Amino acid sequence: MSVLVIAEHDNQTLKAATLSAITAAASLGGEIHVLVAGSQCGKVVEQAASIAGVACVRVADATQYEHALAEHLAALIVGLAPGYSHLFAPATTSAKNVMPRVAALLDVAQVSEIVAVESADTFVRPIYAGNVLATVRSADRIKVLTVRTTAFAAAPGEGGAAVIESLAPATEVSASRFVSQQLTRSERPELTSAQRVISGGRGMGSSENFALLDDIADQLGAAVGASRAAVDAGFAPNDYQVGQTGKVVAPQLYIAVGISGAIQHLAGMKDSKVIVAINKDEEAPIFQIADYGVVGDLFKVLPELSRELDKLQQN
Amino acid sequence: MKVLVPVKRVVDANVRVRVKADGSAVDIANVKLSMNPFDEIAVEEAVRLKEAGAATEVVVVSCGVQACQETLRTAMAIGADRAILVETGAELQPLAVAKLLKALVDKEQPQLVILGKQAIDDDANQVGQMLAALLGLPQATFASKVIVEAGKATVTREIDGGLETIEVDLPAVITADLRLNTPRYATLPNIMKAKKKPLDVVTPDALGVDVTPRLTTLRLAEPAKRQAGIRVADAAELVEKLKNVARVI
Repeated sequence: MSVLVIAEHDNQTLKAATLSAITAAASLGGEIHVLVAGSQCGKVVEQAASIAGVACVRVADATQYEHALAEHLAALIVGLAPGYSHLFAPATTSAKNVMPRVAALLDVAQVSEIVAVESADTFVRPIYAGNVLATVRSADRIKVLTVRTTAFAAAPGEGGAAVIESLAPATEVSASRFVSQQLTRSERPELTSAQRVISGGRGMGSSENFALLDDIADQLGAAVGASRAAVDAGFAPNDYQVGQTGKVVAPQLYIAVGISGAIQHLAGMKDSKVIVAINKDEEAPIFQIADYGVVGDLFKVLPELSRELDKLQQN
Repeated sequence: MKVLVPVKRVVDANVRVRVKADGSAVDIANVKLSMNPFDEIAVEEAVRLKEAGAATEVVVVSCGVQACQETLRTAMAIGADRAILVETGAELQPLAVAKLLKALVDKEQPQLVILGKQAIDDDANQVGQMLAALLGLPQATFASKVIVEAGKATVTREIDGGLETIEVDLPAVITADLRLNTPRYATLPNIMKAKKKPLDVVTPDALGVDVTPRLTTLRLAEPAKRQAGIRVADAAELVEKLKNVARVI
């Protein structure tokens, strides 16, 4: 039995999310192959080949894969699928776009965002914004799975020596074309893999005020996130959103500032190790799940917090 | 141009669901059911395309029990022209729904299908992509902006790193993300008008679709609840606790 893991990358760097998908795949005990489909993606191939436990990296390097358009990628993956019992991909927006297309073309179900592998055909996944965990068994011959990356540790990126195999690109005439990208540039850690996250909600009041979070994020080496309300209000870009339909994070430390704690937001952060809530409303639901709560005006508490962290660094 | 909008009836976003004691199902007796919020955004977008003159007819579809007619009436109160219910009491999984919708698309021949990116009950995020696959059409998922002109759609998509814009030739399948639009409230006159709009009922059998589930749910459980912790007086005490008790800074 071999399993195929679809690598997530930007043609330069293999994303950490892939390493979590590999851990999920490895729990089945079969031979692990990784697919790197991209354009001029040689560096990614090297990184994938050195992951511990990967037997083979299959490479489709062609311009049509540069932007991971679903139609091209799905055609390629469907062509490879008959050789595998399982197809794993991290539950990123890219894989969420591609994998259901793959599953439908194979006439099999997809199991979305698994958080545990119970056996080769049985998986656990959250439903209802993470308020219910469903254990499901798939009767299909090929299992198509996306993996909630916070639920699986990253596989070691070193120590492997996989065989590298080149693939011919699939011939797919697609009626979809890449136009442009506007990526949020940041020197801070990536939200989904950061060890510390500080998020702001509607209480931040404006996009200018969000800069208060930036200062503390820099002091802590944290990523900055946001609630849906803050993103809808234009205080923060869409890729900051933590929640049921945004990003799911599980850092060592999550600081929620001016976030009331709607269940849709909690769905994206409740598995964090330590949760801090700063909110002036002492009835805010966020306090029901916070390890440490500060009831107070965030515009007073944040500068104080910044000063205290400075003191800490000086000691 | 005809636009088809599939909608799902789900437990309302503000309801906190409970699992039945035997772990067999989520208890939805006496719980408020509403249109999936992402589908409401899809309906709104289709109606705006019609109001802007880019679309001529908006057809809404739902798959499920008879009560889904209510959801379809709500969609028609927002401005859809007519509705189709694929009526069945059977459990419908995403692949089955995609197959039912494919059968309807084959019949109705819309130029555009817009649907929510994800249903907030099963959180699968699959049907739009699966439908595009079965139809052999291009897909533009997680849309936050849609421009339709000259036989193509230019779609801005919310992706992990920010935003991406792609162009798809029509016909195509688009899935709606949160910020595509803010759906309007249906006015009372429009709610009354919606009651008179045509609503056809078909069955999976009549469409020739096998909806047998591929996944068996073995059990449902509620995850361990987090306990509330302690209140700290100020930032100084917070930093002290994070450093010396929680040891995370």
